[in-house]
Amino acid sequence: MPSNKANNKYSGRSRLRRVREFIIESVLFLAALSSVATTFAIVSILVIESIPFFRHVPLLDFLTDAQWTPLFDDAHYGIMPLMAGTLVTTAVALLVAIPLGTIIAIYLCEFAPHRVREIIKPFLELLGAVPTVVFGYFALIFVTPVLQKLIPALPGFNMLSAGLVMGIMIVPYIASVSEDAMHAVPKHILEGSYAMGATRFQTAVRVIIPSAFSGIAAAYILGISRAVGETMIVAIAAGQQPNLTLNPMEPAATISAYIVQVSLGDLPHGSIGYQTIFVAGLSLMLITLIFNIVGYFLAKRFREVY
Amino acid sequence: MVDEKIKAEVRNLNFYYGSVKALKDINLNIAEKKVTALIGPSGCGKTTYLRCFNRMHDLYPNNRYEGEIILHPDALNIAGPDIDPIEVRMRISMVFQRPNPFPKTIYENVAYGPRVRGIRRRSELDERVEKSLRGAAIWEEAKDRLHDLAFNLSGGQQQRLCIARALATDPEILLFDEPTSALDPIATAKIEELILELKKEVTILIVTHNMQQAARVSDYTAFMYIGELIEFDKTEKVFTVPSHKLTEDYITGRFG
Amino acid sequence: MPEQSIDDIRRMIARHKLRDHIFAIVGILSLMVGILTLLALFTELAIEGAPRIGWKLFASFPSRHPEEAGILSAWVGTTLIMLVTAASAVPLGVASAVYLEEYARKNWLTAIIEINVTNLAGVPSIVYGLLALGLFVYKLDFGQSILSAGLTLALLILPIVIVSAREAIRAVPGSIREAAYALGATKWQTVRDHVLPYSLGGILTGTIMGLSRAIGETAPVITIGALTFIAFLPQSPFSGDFPFVSFRWLMDPFTVMPIQMFNWTSRPEAAFQHNAAAAGVILLVMTLIMNGIAIYIRYRFRKRIKW
Repeated sequence: MPSNKANNKYSGRSRLRRVREFIIESVLFLAALSSVATTFAIVSILVIESIPFFRHVPLLDFLTDAQWTPLFDDAHYGIMPLMAGTLVTTAVALLVAIPLGTIIAIYLCEFAPHRVREIIKPFLELLGAVPTVVFGYFALIFVTPVLQKLIPALPGFNMLSAGLVMGIMIVPYIASVSEDAMHAVPKHILEGSYAMGATRFQTAVRVIIPSAFSGIAAAYILGISRAVGETMIVAIAAGQQPNLTLNPMEPAATISAYIVQVSLGDLPHGSIGYQTIFVAGLSLMLITLIFNIVGYFLAKRFREVY
Repeated sequence: MVDEKIKAEVRNLNFYYGSVKALKDINLNIAEKKVTALIGPSGCGKTTYLRCFNRMHDLYPNNRYEGEIILHPDALNIAGPDIDPIEVRMRISMVFQRPNPFPKTIYENVAYGPRVRGIRRRSELDERVEKSLRGAAIWEEAKDRLHDLAFNLSGGQQQRLCIARALATDPEILLFDEPTSALDPIATAKIEELILELKKEVTILIVTHNMQQAARVSDYTAFMYIGELIEFDKTEKVFTVPSHKLTEDYITGRFG
Repeated sequence: MPEQSIDDIRRMIARHKLRDHIFAIVGILSLMVGILTLLALFTELAIEGAPRIGWKLFASFPSRHPEEAGILSAWVGTTLIMLVTAASAVPLGVASAVYLEEYARKNWLTAIIEINVTNLAGVPSIVYGLLALGLFVYKLDFGQSILSAGLTLALLILPIVIVSAREAIRAVPGSIREAAYALGATKWQTVRDHVLPYSLGGILTGTIMGLSRAIGETAPVITIGALTFIAFLPQSPFSGDFPFVSFRWLMDPFTVMPIQMFNWTSRPEAAFQHNAAAAGVILLVMTLIMNGIAIYIRYRFRKRIKW
């Protein structure tokens, strides 16, 4: 008769083993869930701390008022000046980072000899690992004086210098993500192009970039989201005065720089100043979230193609 | 068809990968301390069938068994849903297609099975390691470098080490999944000799692509085709007077 | 299409090749922009910071007098915070990675966890600071302490640890897992005895890179209210009485290297810029050493385990 019950020397420990395995799996699962809990905590803290603010300030004023002076006697709560600062610094950074990052990615992927790549890549990694406060110092103490030689009217704090340095900071990031995307283009497609007599440049422009397009786009978008969220460079080099302008030669505060500026002062829990940094944080989170989601789906679509 | 004592009986075994039926109504008896070879063209299900014996399919989702594999002497249905696959693997060992030693020392590779079974005493482990390495005919080559990394061995030596690792747990059945397909002819010959030596102690099931190998090492041969068992008999009979046209065509090299 | 002579074709090829050469030069120039910036940054910091770099810098507290001011409280704070960060981010990150790679079934919950990890990696660091301010400082009442800062940075680098640990775990071939299972090992035994030891190199590399990012983070630590002028050290983790270790330092106020540098950078007196540069050099060297160690570990493990 076949038995369904185990009755040999190994069956005794079976139950104990299963219980132990179950406990371990549960602990690991809880650990994995902690990242979801973090997101949940971020969103709830930002929303909860922002609610009292919106009881006090109508949403329409928040979106349309041209001034942001929450700590003044004549308080205004318009997010536009901070948005403008964020927009301008991000735009300057991208004007540097996107062309440089893309060219470097193509160069490393198709042109650079193996030895050069091995030497260059750690340097790029290092550039990406420099603490942002050091970049901020560099923008203020080195880049701004150099720019002032070219543009004498440039003030000591300005968005141009902060944006340029931020762009350099993002270059390694855009270069490495797009290079990964270009590397993922299957070799036989490239060989198809070379076999037709195309040069490396033609192959790069006509075959690699279109094939890796969504991967490269994902790199750009994730780069944008980095620039939007970057704090220390702008807080140090762009000045901390909210200023509704699109001129990069002027000083202005970004959303993130405002949070730092307020945090540096003494901030009573529950005061309007305390609430405004959460409102600013919520706006920042929403903007980057949109970019991150778009970037995620572009990257995912790219992975599905290959 | 099997005269000897039976080690395992396979009864109406069906196996599904999700909704794909990969094995269809297999019935087969495995003779104790004999070598049973499974042959057939690629994709015929011979490896799938082999991996049912130590429940390797349980590692991946949506796989399902139907029917029974009765393991003697205690008549345990090892394909039963309430049997812990780990318990089955503690009784039935496996050697894989490519040598897959752990990136540990030779000693630690062989001692891993006993350790998993709770054996901690150094003297007992030493004894088992030596016995298994001797059993797998690699003791002479390995005894002076037991604490070297297993990766430093040659491919054939690595495969014999994997056999030693499988032997260290005193298995009742030893499964071989095309054990020589990644090896050169000399290493292959050594493994085949070893299999003939091992069957004095343990029941062996071997999947092979190589018909000469099946003829050389096995006592019984099962020919499978698209998930079905076409013919099963004494090896001499299958190779000399096959009773099915398909078997004959395969053996004479007309397809596969 | 008119018939092309071989000479036309040769001229065309020459034209195409010229474009190749031009692009190669543009590529090298672009790389140079990055590398020259890095060099300029190093040189600027080194020249500006040189007069302050010395034993006194490490041994002195901040001061109103630039020549007297040092980074003692900052480097001690950074070290202690990194201890808290590593002790919390590493177990949590590695456990998450093991779950996602080895245990998780393919279902909506797993998909949510995965999307979430990717998304967390893109959340601006200052937002973590706000989370910490609301949650750790006020709701959990940890105050503006080393514990709050360490946990904040742990959450910040958690996605980096998870992603790199997952990659390392994925690199362990399936045949090794099957070998362990075939010997009767349970899932946990397989993970503990094989998957984790063989992926240790990658996990360590990712963790150190994460920590090197945490060391340079300024904004989130400012947000939770790190003080910029601290002229005392946290309580010692070692005590004279049993059990000889004390955890009271966890609740002490602190400052860290990047904040010290930021503070000096924003001083109007030019003399403090030398201090800022000196602190920047130390910070960069710390980051460099950590990255170097990470790259070395990766190299060593790759050499030792070849699949």
